[in-house]
Amino acid sequence: MKYLFLFLKKQIFFFLFIFLELIAILLLVNHNSYHKTNIINTANGFTGSINSTFSSVSDYFFLTEANRQLSLENAALRNMGTLVSVSNDSLISIDTSYMFIPAKVVSNTSRRRNNYIMINKGRHQGIEKEMGLISPSGVAGIIVGVTNNYATAISMLHKNTRISARIKNSGQMVTVIWDGKDYRKGLVEDIPTHIVPEPGDSVITSGYSFVFPENILLGVIGEKVISGGTLNKAELIFATDFNNLSYVYVTKNILSEEVDSLEMTLINE
Amino acid sequence: MNNLVNRNIVRFILLLLIQVFVLNNIRINGYINPHLYVLFVLLLPFETPGWLLLISSFFLGLSIDIFAHTPGLNAAATVFMAFGRQGVIMLLSGAKGIEPGMKPGVKSMGFRWFFLYSLILILLHHLLLFYIEIFRFNEFFQTLYRVLLSTLATLVLVFLVEYLFIKKESKE
Repeated sequence: MKYLFLFLKKQIFFFLFIFLELIAILLLVNHNSYHKTNIINTANGFTGSINSTFSSVSDYFFLTEANRQLSLENAALRNMGTLVSVSNDSLISIDTSYMFIPAKVVSNTSRRRNNYIMINKGRHQGIEKEMGLISPSGVAGIIVGVTNNYATAISMLHKNTRISARIKNSGQMVTVIWDGKDYRKGLVEDIPTHIVPEPGDSVITSGYSFVFPENILLGVIGEKVISGGTLNKAELIFATDFNNLSYVYVTKNILSEEVDSLEMTLINE
Repeated sequence: MNNLVNRNIVRFILLLLIQVFVLNNIRINGYINPHLYVLFVLLLPFETPGWLLLISSFFLGLSIDIFAHTPGLNAAATVFMAFGRQGVIMLLSGAKGIEPGMKPGVKSMGFRWFFLYSLILILLHHLLLFYIEIFRFNEFFQTLYRVLLSTLATLVLVFLVEYLFIKKESKE
């Protein structure tokens, strides 16, 4: 009898282990496929408010850097403003199908293989899934989870992030991913072999995905170019410093519903 | 007994906060990523019932996950580590067994015992954690490098805490 109890006790330990591991893996699988609704939404008010409190303290350490970034951006916008007013003859058409919503980063990682950014704007401020996230210096991520007042985004530094881009000089379509090695460097894929990217060439968003507007900087081509196979690859030095994100903008496509319905009619035909 | 339970609850909360707000924010380089919170599982008393060991490990992992936006990842690794704990204790103590009143730690088990015990369990935890996070094998060696460096970093932190706080605490 004693041995029977001992045996059962051991079995309970084992079954509980299997049970808990199953729950964990279920949560993980559901979270990774980001089109499904998550069982546990990590962008909840509880972690959001704790993270905000923490970041309101740590913000003081990065004030100088945040100021520098914002003043640089101001200068760039001023330059753009004068350009637009000079060339009023529709040479430069401003993309009006996007709206920018400013937000503050409340939590962010850059050392993991899959990194997430949490911001202090949510459904009440008009944020929805699959909107883009850009920093003053370039592309930052894509929104994947939204609650009433907070949202989480997968950062560029995530294995599921693939951004459709263009090399500015040649106009060639490429894809930008992150290989998980260095948070400052990404990888440009799908470069046709006849194009030789020069170090220093800008890589910008293509505007075909309706997540990001056109011409947002992703980074510049680095020293290393990997050729071989049918398509070349090249190192990309990110424009955004993912170690130091404080103020960001969410890019909201105002016309996305119209585009979606157009695509639906194309599919139905 | 009550004191022991309280102490472990305080340890749970402290390690959670340190992991989420300090260690997850330190950037040494992309490969070193210490997970000190596993110290909670390492230090649970030998008499802890199996179900409590598993469930508390699960909730510790899940709490870390909720802050790190990776639901299930740390929970899976921590439960696996808790499951392996009994086996490692049996392996290291062998026939000698554990006498009542002993605690997992340098003071009561000796340096060599606690070193091996921590090393094996932290390695198990980190192996699972980093390979589940990647979930593909084409970055195998890069991930292994990450596992080994992080295990070393966690081990150093575990011994730092053990010598600075826990040894003193158990002398009382």
